[in-house]
Amino acid sequence: MMDLVWLTLPQVIANGLLQGSAIALGAIGLTLTYSILRFANFTHGETISWGGYFTLTALAALTPWIGGIGKWGGLTFGWGLVVALGVGVVGASLLALALDRLLFATLRRHGSAITLVIASFGASLALRNLIVFVYGPESVQFTRELVIADRWLGGLVRVTPDQLAVLGLSAALAVGLTVFLRFTTTGRAMRATAENPALAQITGIDTAHVVRTVWVLGAVLATLAGVFIGITAQLRPELGFDLLLPLFAAAILGGIGSVPGAMLGGLIVGLAESAAVEYLHAGYRNAVGFLVLIAILVIRPTGLFAARG
Amino acid sequence: MLALQGLVAGYEPGLPIVRGASLQVADREILTLLGPNGAGKSTLVKAIAGLVPITAGQVHLSGRDITGLGAHRLARAGLGFVPQTENVFTTLSIAENLALAGFFLPSHHQRRRVAAMYALFPDLAERRHTDAGRLSGGQRQMLAIARALIPEPRVVMLDEPSAGLSPKLVQVVFQKLVEIRAQGVTLVIVEQNAKAALAIADRGIVLVEGAPRFVGPAQDLASNPEVARLYLGRRETA
Repeated sequence: MMDLVWLTLPQVIANGLLQGSAIALGAIGLTLTYSILRFANFTHGETISWGGYFTLTALAALTPWIGGIGKWGGLTFGWGLVVALGVGVVGASLLALALDRLLFATLRRHGSAITLVIASFGASLALRNLIVFVYGPESVQFTRELVIADRWLGGLVRVTPDQLAVLGLSAALAVGLTVFLRFTTTGRAMRATAENPALAQITGIDTAHVVRTVWVLGAVLATLAGVFIGITAQLRPELGFDLLLPLFAAAILGGIGSVPGAMLGGLIVGLAESAAVEYLHAGYRNAVGFLVLIAILVIRPTGLFAARG
Repeated sequence: MLALQGLVAGYEPGLPIVRGASLQVADREILTLLGPNGAGKSTLVKAIAGLVPITAGQVHLSGRDITGLGAHRLARAGLGFVPQTENVFTTLSIAENLALAGFFLPSHHQRRRVAAMYALFPDLAERRHTDAGRLSGGQRQMLAIARALIPEPRVVMLDEPSAGLSPKLVQVVFQKLVEIRAQGVTLVIVEQNAKAALAIADRGIVLVEGAPRFVGPAQDLASNPEVARLYLGRRETA
């Protein structure tokens, strides 16, 4: 039994990191919007789905001009996907900004935090059903090309080039975002607004602009997460809803407002889910992620990387 | 420099806290706002700074009508504000706080201003990479004042700058305020520590129920028995 565990462990870790990287990207967007807008935004899961579907639609619409998804070496995608992703990012950003303008901005002025949470839950239901209405209930894929997984570590781990690319890109995005928040004026303005919006205003920061920036940044990360999942697995209307609880678990686990925390939280939740699927039963997948969350919060209630101060 | 005409402001519609406040602050003047708790002193400066809605009246800065401008625009228009509490970004270092305070200035100007603040507050220069959340109360107050001064404002309003500080530190802070005025900055100071504030102020205003009740030179107010008895915490001796 133990031999079997050791033999499968490298693959479990690889699967966990892959699953965790998508969760991490979504959780980073969620933690940023939570820290600045001060409410749990349930529409973030649907922004992931819509970002993926917008990109897929753009790919189909632009194929006569860009020649399809493209191909880079062993990957199943190329420049075509990058162009479509740009359109998908614009679509998801406009969706997020429209939601803020039409729904959340009004409620921020007149409602309480719980009103915002309930409104976001309602909006997420509407957005999910709109996907079914527009695209149908079946799952869709970016490409039907058959991909052979490469063997690593003497055959103990099998990973496709697409999966490796997604893992690398997710890590690069997390590092880039951390640098952006730490060393750029916009990043500092976002951190300042998250800590004290009134003080940010009297320091000359246009906090309304910061809020719009956060929505767009969240939508960009959500779209990337949706497309990465679409490349390595498939897109389906329930994708956002199914990701929602792991996203919150990862954001809380990492410490609300912390980008490295959300990244690490996502990886931990992904690894826990992967281990549950392999060693227990697929049905325990979400439960194990939450057990890890509870265990860490009991030891460190503010999460792994709680904001300083 | 700063002029208010019939200013009415409050947090809730129909429940004004500032009720028809009118006053003038001259160039390079130190004006202190005194009054009992709940008189509306803090609300008045927050309204001028754009943090509390103004429902009637006007605010002019150097002749320009700035009534209702957003707080971020006022900061860029030359009006600085130092709140009583939560007046620095605790998760940012001293250097980051100061860099952010002048982010809208040309970079060479910003660097010059930050250097000027380090010269004015040498303690901050020594700890520039320390998170503001780790500073003592006095150091935080110095950073809060430096943050407000970075964009070279014409007027700086300070809400209870002595709150929570030891008497020795209060003296240091008020001495810095005198130095800052000497550099050409007009100061409006809300204070409970009336004695210390009147000692450095040119004029004082006693605010009662949201409107000025006594206005006059600081020395006159300090020696006014009614003001002293009612608002400065002194008792008449038999």
